[in-house]
Amino acid sequence: MNKMSWPGKIGVNLLAWLVSILMFFPIFWLILSSFKTNALAAAREPAFIFSPTMASYVNALVNSNYWHYALNSVYTAVGSTLLCVVLGVPAAYSMAFRRSKRTDFTLLWMLSTKMLPAVGVLVPIYIVYKNLHLLDSALGLTLIYTAMNLPIVVWLLYTYFKDVPGEILEAAEIDGASLVDNIVRIVTPLALPGIISTGLLAIVLAWNEAFWAINITNVHGATLSVFVSGFKSARGQFWANMSAASTLSVLPILVAGWFTQRQLVRGLTFGAVK
Amino acid sequence: MKIRYAIAGMVLGAGGMTAAQAATQLTIATVNNPQMVAMQKLTSTFEKKYPDIKLNWDVMPENELRQKVTVDIATNAGSYDVVTLGALETPLWAKNGWIQPFNNLPKSYDVNDVIKPVRKALSYNGELYALPFYAESSFTYYRKDLFKKAGIQMPEHPTWKQISSYAKKLNDPSNAVNGICLRGMPGWGENMALFDTMVNTFGGRWFNKKWEPELTSSGWHDALSTYLNLLKNYGPSGSTSNGFVEVENLFSNGHCAMWVDATSGAGYVSDPKTSKVAKDVGFAWAPVAKTKNGSHWLWSWALAIPKDTQHADAARKFVEWATSKGYVNLVGEKDGWVNAPPGTRYSTYSNPDYKKAAGGYADLTMKAINQADPNKPTEKPVPYTGIQFVAIPEFQALGQSVGQNVAAALAGRMSVDEALEKSQKSVKSTMQQSGYYSK
Repeated sequence: MNKMSWPGKIGVNLLAWLVSILMFFPIFWLILSSFKTNALAAAREPAFIFSPTMASYVNALVNSNYWHYALNSVYTAVGSTLLCVVLGVPAAYSMAFRRSKRTDFTLLWMLSTKMLPAVGVLVPIYIVYKNLHLLDSALGLTLIYTAMNLPIVVWLLYTYFKDVPGEILEAAEIDGASLVDNIVRIVTPLALPGIISTGLLAIVLAWNEAFWAINITNVHGATLSVFVSGFKSARGQFWANMSAASTLSVLPILVAGWFTQRQLVRGLTFGAVK
Repeated sequence: MKIRYAIAGMVLGAGGMTAAQAATQLTIATVNNPQMVAMQKLTSTFEKKYPDIKLNWDVMPENELRQKVTVDIATNAGSYDVVTLGALETPLWAKNGWIQPFNNLPKSYDVNDVIKPVRKALSYNGELYALPFYAESSFTYYRKDLFKKAGIQMPEHPTWKQISSYAKKLNDPSNAVNGICLRGMPGWGENMALFDTMVNTFGGRWFNKKWEPELTSSGWHDALSTYLNLLKNYGPSGSTSNGFVEVENLFSNGHCAMWVDATSGAGYVSDPKTSKVAKDVGFAWAPVAKTKNGSHWLWSWALAIPKDTQHADAARKFVEWATSKGYVNLVGEKDGWVNAPPGTRYSTYSNPDYKKAAGGYADLTMKAINQADPNKPTEKPVPYTGIQFVAIPEFQALGQSVGQNVAAALAGRMSVDEALEKSQKSVKSTMQQSGYYSK
């Protein structure tokens, strides 16, 4: 590749900064608004300098039962991800190493289930859940999230597993390794970065999910998505309160993402360069 | 190892949830308006009075509330013990047998103290089906300082013609003051709430006695022309994204010389803590044109009990408590009288503390609510009730689609005639499909 001339370098740098600032601005504004009063947050003239108030955070944390919703978000996101991995690893293994005529079709079919809009199955699932007493429960939501994320998890794991050389498995089998040994002792450790980043992605997707949470939970199983949506109102001022609630809702996943950033990038590029 | 901890944590957490379920748990579906926020803050007061009842709040935006509660009731899921309903749904849901009537209210509740038109709006076949925690009408807000400066006197009962001429005079873009601000966001509860009152007073109606739509009549035409003229020439930019909350903000930040909207905004714009123009706000009746009928609306938020709740007795205790005289006093004393639930009880308006706190608008609010007549909303006779809505199940969809067309006209994408013809067509087809008439 040719070396870029210095004006070109500066140009690219500037562009990168500009795009980053543009993308980060809404989050910055959200956090800024959360420290304003409700009146100031909704004012037409944008205020960058003001005396901050914690009132909206107090309101969200003390008056609105934040921890109950946050705990449910943790249960459903982590629970569904664990289930997805437990179910997804054997499935991806069989597709990567024990291929049959129908493997490609099955993979495509699994992905095609993601093409149906969720609202299309809302009423049947609602009625089934009602009869199983799963409405408004964290368990019910966990099961839905598992079903929702499983296709993506299997697909990603499949691509990671494919990068594990088949010879290693053959060698292990000659040494007397069983199927379970192959999965647990050979493939899983080799593809661990991939499994972890898949898990992180599944956690993020489940954490941010709003449609099912809002429709099938009310109080006991409600997650942070339900918590945030409750701040919208046709009467009364609510922007600052909602900003604080949103900040509190994205904060855990943002912090977790920050700490696992290296892991995530490593996992997503795992096997890309051979 | 970590996984084991996580699982142990989940088991413990689940155990904790079950332990808290020993008392009767009431699940309440509600919206996040200021009165409801105040009610949620008083949860502990109620739970202290009734230690065997625990309140759980499911707070949602208005549209989700309607959908979710409808699905819940229609499938007999029974997730809710108390639901928040508006004046539009209450009679319809009562007719469907979805909610329980409030018979034999205790004497201490003093049902006759509940403002009569509000009571009527929440009744079906003469029986009350929901108890109000909030009611409002609409009126005109104006800036006394700007009017004085321009040498204009706002009449007690302004006409839309006068409002137009004042808006023209007071429009001052160089000082960031708009002649008038009105709702423009599409929706039956947004732009259509105000626009319906304009249609009524300009002599229009949604349907004639045979349920045939009349959206291309002169009443609709005049109302839409006036509305567009006001907002396009003297209104703020981007009106189509302004709902009640947005306009309330514009007004309290000093960007509007006039505003016609819900009486419930009065507290906010008169409070120096939230409004820059608090000391300069004046109030007048909602503007009229051809007729007084239906020129100001009537809306109420109320609490109802779904028919399939397992905890009807506890739910009733809560609803009676939350809509009682005692509750109004409790909010007044704890949260300040300006935040006391408005529009529900005559006694609130004779309370000296409330009068002192809401002196500028209390009387007019009460009169406007008391004189709003949902049974006679238009000049010509109609087969429906409701001022800023038509109390039929189809109305939400109708209001939504007509609201879109009104907003499109405001954005300049349609002419007055195009918007009305398109609306007429869609309303007609909906009404035909719903079987109101055959041809």
